[in-house]
Amino acid sequence: MEDNYSKHTITVLVENEFGVLARIAGMFAARGFNIDALAVAPTENSKISRVTLVTHGHERIIEQIVKQLYRLVDVLKVQDLSDEDCVRCELMLVKVSIDSSQKEKVFAILEEYGGRIVDDYQGKILTLEFVKEHEVTEEILAALKSFKILETVRTGNIAMQKGGHEEAFYSADINEINE
Amino acid sequence: MKYRGARILIEALKDEGVDLLFGYPGGAILHVYDELFKSSDIHHVLVRHEQAAVHAADGYARVSNRPGVALVTSGPGATNAVTGLATAYMDSIPMVVISGQVHSFAIGNDAFQEADVVGITRSCTKHNYLVKDVRDLQRIVKEAFFLASSGRPGPVLIDLPKDIQEHECEYLPRDQIKIRKRRLYSEADADKIQQAWELLKQARKPLLYVGGGTVLSQASLELMELARLTKIPVAMTLMGLGAFPGTDEQSLGMLGMHGTYFANMAITDCDVLFSIGARFDDRVTGKLSEFSKHSQKIHLDIDPGNIGKCVDIEIPLIGDVKQSLKALLKIVKKDENTLTQYHQQIDSWWQQIRDWQKKAPMTYEQGEKDITAQYVIDRFYRLTKGEAILTTDVGQHQMWTAQFYHFDSPHAWCTSGGLGTMGYGFPAAIGAQLAHPKKKVICISGDGSIQMNIQELATAIEWKTPVIIAILNNRFLGMVRQWQELFYDHRYSEVEMKVLPDFVKLAESYGAVGLRAQVKGDVDKVIQQALQVTDRPVVIDFVTTLEDNVYPMVPAGGAVSDIVLA
Ligand SMILES: Cc1ncc(C[n+]2csc(CCOP(=O)(O)OP(=O)(O)O)c2C)c(N)n1
Repeated sequence: MEDNYSKHTITVLVENEFGVLARIAGMFAARGFNIDALAVAPTENSKISRVTLVTHGHERIIEQIVKQLYRLVDVLKVQDLSDEDCVRCELMLVKVSIDSSQKEKVFAILEEYGGRIVDDYQGKILTLEFVKEHEVTEEILAALKSFKILETVRTGNIAMQKGGHEEAFYSADINEINE
Repeated sequence: MKYRGARILIEALKDEGVDLLFGYPGGAILHVYDELFKSSDIHHVLVRHEQAAVHAADGYARVSNRPGVALVTSGPGATNAVTGLATAYMDSIPMVVISGQVHSFAIGNDAFQEADVVGITRSCTKHNYLVKDVRDLQRIVKEAFFLASSGRPGPVLIDLPKDIQEHECEYLPRDQIKIRKRRLYSEADADKIQQAWELLKQARKPLLYVGGGTVLSQASLELMELARLTKIPVAMTLMGLGAFPGTDEQSLGMLGMHGTYFANMAITDCDVLFSIGARFDDRVTGKLSEFSKHSQKIHLDIDPGNIGKCVDIEIPLIGDVKQSLKALLKIVKKDENTLTQYHQQIDSWWQQIRDWQKKAPMTYEQGEKDITAQYVIDRFYRLTKGEAILTTDVGQHQMWTAQFYHFDSPHAWCTSGGLGTMGYGFPAAIGAQLAHPKKKVICISGDGSIQMNIQELATAIEWKTPVIIAILNNRFLGMVRQWQELFYDHRYSEVEMKVLPDFVKLAESYGAVGLRAQVKGDVDKVIQQALQVTDRPVVIDFVTTLEDNVYPMVPAGGAVSDIVLA
């Protein structure tokens, strides 16, 4: 791998229009870009959603991804957060099957990584929840390998710039013109 | 006033200045056709295949610089339109296509003549809409026209379910309809424009590389002024032909795979390359690692996505070509007193170019008897004084037309450059003719391509469009045969047109004029005869040499400087 080949977290503000996710996913597929993880949800403005996606590639590819995203009509703003000072995290749910002798160990892991039990089935099957950066959830998964993992669900990283940057773009309503 | 959706569509189209559209009816678009029947302000051209409707709208748009409009039904009607959309999308042609759709409640149920048209066309439209509420329709139509023709133009599709065509709502005056604001670029960043001029100024071997964006932005006058002031040579892409007069002594003609030797040598050897509304397409660059290696590059384009996509750019100029050139010209004019010196600075470059031009001028050989394709195009050029609108299909005839019909003005050239769609030329010619009823429109086609939309003879007869269809009949899928000859050791696999119709009789059966030229002496006669016809299409079957090749040629995948002359 060359040195400028790296993982990027890109956040995309989009208008909540029919099919917008399909447009983004379709553009990635059509141009051969990768999506490693994808999270989509409305913002505090119901007309606008935020798509956070994790991708990888050389600088030129990442630049193209940003530019090609901007070509989509429903896309309002694209930001590559990789070089920014950001908080990043993903939500991970893990279902493990344990016997009573393993309980202590599970608690230790929960303690260490700030996780919690969200479902307990007869003390034998536990659903654990962690909110950590993707790299850390990888670690947690590795630590949990000593138990029988039944199922894992992860959202992929979402991210937000630290500190008080400019007023959020979308706090104003979407501009409309009569032209 | 309350109207049903179908009527609102028609009114909204009228609001956008539409008075002509191309289409083909069917079940899911019936309400709209019913409204068309009642409206006398919009003329509908009934084509014989939906693909042709979209190509005709495309030809109309290219020569008039107004968005073309096509109307099709759901399912097969819409899928037939896809090739037309993809063609327009690749060449950034402004267009609005409206497709009927099954009832909204039936969508997703595999209803009769249902197709996921928004899904299918997503990647070959600039944007598309499924109308879910009749109250959105007016906004969507207005927005569609705005998107189609602003920024980097392109086709926009509106998928209109049948029940929405029936639903009623209030129809509002156009100026009360709000559309969503979009990022729009006018002129490029002033500092960058200044830097661009600084770079050009110190060049000893500069070149202007002009593409279709210059035509779309209607920037020919500005380009001309820049060229005149600086005396920098101008080379054009297939799509850029006509942006700068082809017969001008500063023109190096066409770049790329079948471009001129001197344009290709110039782009290889230049030290500053100024790309104006072009996109470094692989047909122009050849092998990327060898492309214009010694030049610093300035790239002016309205689509940031084009910049840095294929090659590294020293100075990106993101903006409208016309506005940006205007700003550049202001700066250039401030330096007016140093320009004479600049002309001297690039004088040895011009000498080098003149040498290349002497070494390999654009010529062809025409014997006494058998007709060569180049000769036919040359004669069309002379006999129309270069003033006709030309459309083509795809293949050798397309390249020969680009090489030998020296386009002197923009918006007179319709060819499928990006997608390379056989079947494009004739319907595009009908569209162009309807946009410019007084101009002469000539479609140069091949014996293969013309059969992909020959049915449109009926449309042309009905509309009395005197389009001339010149079939350069070499009894082969010539361009494919050329590749098989050169790169597959003469293994001619499925390229011979063993069965061809009698094109003269075929034309006559539709009520068109059919003519044939078999030897050189016939050529002028049939062209002149065709030029006299004013009320119906003319098909001319030019029986040409069989196995002629298009040269010069940059071998596929090779470097531009590997150009083969013959
Ligand atoms: C719809 C479509 N199918 C296939 C091709 C591939 N193709 C490119 S050129 C060509 C041959 C065209 O033959 P003809 O129309 O006779 O023109 P000529 O090259 O002989 O001038 C073909 C098949 C294409 N460009 N478009």
